[in-house]
Amino acid sequence: MMSHRNRTLTGWGVVNVLVVLYALFPVWWIVALSFKDPSTLSDGNFVPRKWTWENYHGIFQTSEFTRALINSIGIAVIATTIAVVLGTMAAYAVARLRFPGKRLLIGMSLLIAMFPPISLVSPLFNIERVLGIFDTWVGLIIPYMTFSLPLAIYTLSAFFREIPWDLEKAAKVDGATPWQAFRLVIAPLAAPGVFTTGILVFIFCWNDFLFAISLTSTTAARTVPAAIAFFTGSSQFQQPTGSIAAAAVVITVPIVIFVLLFQRRIVAGLTAGAVKG
Amino acid sequence: MAEIVLEGITKRYPDGALAVQDFNLTIADGEFVILVGPSGCGKSTTLNMIAGLEDITEGTLRIDGQVVNDRAPKDRDIAMVFQSYALYPHMNVRDNMGFALRLAKADKAVINAKVEEAARILDLTQHLDRKPANLSGGQRQRVAMGRAIVRDPKAFLMDEPLSNLDAKLRVQMRTQIAALQRRLGTTTVYVTHDQVEAMTLGDRVVVMRGGVVQQVGTPQELYDEPVNLFVAGFIGSPGMNFLAATLEQGSLRTSLGDLPLEDRVRRRLEGRDVPRDLIVGIRPEDFEDAALVDERHTGHTCSATVDVRESVGSDVYVHFTEEGGPAGTAELAELAADSGRADTGMQGHRIVARLSPATRAAEGSPLDLWLDASRIHVFDPATGINLTHPER
Ligand SMILES: Nc1ncnc2c1ncn2[C@@H]1O[C@H](COP(=O)(O)OP(=O)(O)OP(=O)(O)O)[C@@H](O)[C@H]1O
Ligand SMILES: [Mg+2]
Repeated sequence: MMSHRNRTLTGWGVVNVLVVLYALFPVWWIVALSFKDPSTLSDGNFVPRKWTWENYHGIFQTSEFTRALINSIGIAVIATTIAVVLGTMAAYAVARLRFPGKRLLIGMSLLIAMFPPISLVSPLFNIERVLGIFDTWVGLIIPYMTFSLPLAIYTLSAFFREIPWDLEKAAKVDGATPWQAFRLVIAPLAAPGVFTTGILVFIFCWNDFLFAISLTSTTAARTVPAAIAFFTGSSQFQQPTGSIAAAAVVITVPIVIFVLLFQRRIVAGLTAGAVKG
Repeated sequence: MAEIVLEGITKRYPDGALAVQDFNLTIADGEFVILVGPSGCGKSTTLNMIAGLEDITEGTLRIDGQVVNDRAPKDRDIAMVFQSYALYPHMNVRDNMGFALRLAKADKAVINAKVEEAARILDLTQHLDRKPANLSGGQRQRVAMGRAIVRDPKAFLMDEPLSNLDAKLRVQMRTQIAALQRRLGTTTVYVTHDQVEAMTLGDRVVVMRGGVVQQVGTPQELYDEPVNLFVAGFIGSPGMNFLAATLEQGSLRTSLGDLPLEDRVRRRLEGRDVPRDLIVGIRPEDFEDAALVDERHTGHTCSATVDVRESVGSDVYVHFTEEGGPAGTAELAELAADSGRADTGMQGHRIVARLSPATRAAEGSPLDLWLDASRIHVFDPATGINLTHPER
């Protein structure tokens, strides 16, 4: 009995280790590359022989990368904020209210989510050119918002559905206006959902390459994933591998921080105790 | 505190379901009114309409003399206790109870004083800083009550506030609620589907069925003079026994023998259109062990074989099977389904008699039973109307 359990545990342990190794190996590879001296870049070693900060130093020397970093942060934060705010309201309506056009709204957001972004790139390119928002922050924020809203609405409405109706009724009877009921009772309870959605949307905006490369032409709005593609080595014959690796590591860090920061807000079972369950 | 007047209140849901139909009731200031009925009969809907959580399709609702049909819940000054308690999980007990006062922009000191007073009354003082998740069921129920009483509202609405509690706690809380309401003197509308709660708590009881009010009256009135089969079967535990009967030569022929038409019954049936086929209703306590009855002349004696004998100390319940055909009408079948009493009107159905503990009744042996024929009810099987009801 005992040995059976032990064997199961060991089995699981081995599988876990394998999966983690498989997932983390490329990450380690990039990190190792970013710390390698240009001369040892292609020596194929897992651990750098000569550790150096030179690659990091290098990418922060030029405005090419720093400017892209600012663009990335600004665009992702603004798009995430708008998407989450709109998504929260839309999801609340979808989960709670009966209104004409509800099915249409759900259908539309499904439709948007189903479109392959690549098919929309050239129309968007033309539209943005005409509107004069090509190669601006707005020009990226709008498609990011649009493509993340369905995701936001779906995740959030699932969270809203979890919140007992009675809480809202209780708030109304207690004297709350609909807005107060939403702000003081529903929103705090939906907070874990809002943060989860925020993280997902942020990651989507942050990692996007397709729109960033197609809807920008200068450093005015080019985000890091696109900017990395424009990296050049310090000389014509040198591959920018080290810089790319360093940049990749740099843009991973904010995501990790973001997730760690908000993870604490994602308290499971926040609605426990509201109703007898 | 206020009078609540419902005039012709009707609720039709958007999907066409008629949940409440022509509800008329005047609830006096300080009165404790119970809405009772089987599941889905429109009790919660009625309560929600009074609270303003559901729109009123037709009719007028007056609270304290003012028509409030179109007022938002927050402008009606009414407190509600939900079946699920609906405590705000992210707030501690203190904030839960003070929430309404905070919304009303009351003074901090006032809020604190009121919350602490309510907590003292409900014995929650030591739990004020806990979150609802860390409270027991009974404590949560009391917090829900506390949330209502801190406000000193015009009326309390309670939607099955005790149905989530275990039996013992329910009895305890029932007494507490009754005492609390008497002490505060606040008009209260209380919804339940438990007829024991209905009988013990209220000044008046409203029996509903399928969205229609069946009867309004004090618990005793409902028990003694039910207007129809439904109320007769719903009120009382164990419920009234129903027998098929035919009216023949001044007596009622049933499977328990020919019941004489006593004066009380005869007088009430006079001047009414009485069909030949009838249903007779007999309360369990109107039976007695014939050996223990002296005045046999008023009643009727029959014999039966005891199936089950249940002693509860103060009384003995005796179950026996009726020999003849059951009193099977659509009304009764529906009642059985509604009230969850599968034995009502079913094939070879059981009769329950409540006897004095001195009875010698034993399982499997025959027993001479006396029944008080002056206290029987006679119903029209087609309409379910109680033909022996004093009015109409
Ligand atoms: N939102 C709604 N839309 C349509 N029909 C509804 C709605 N809410 C309730 N009903 C219907 O109205 C009727 C009355 O419902 P209500 O909730 O008032 O019953 P109830 O007496 O409180 O029952 P219970 O004892 O089970 O709580 C039911 O038949 C129900 O199906
Ligand atoms: Mg209900």
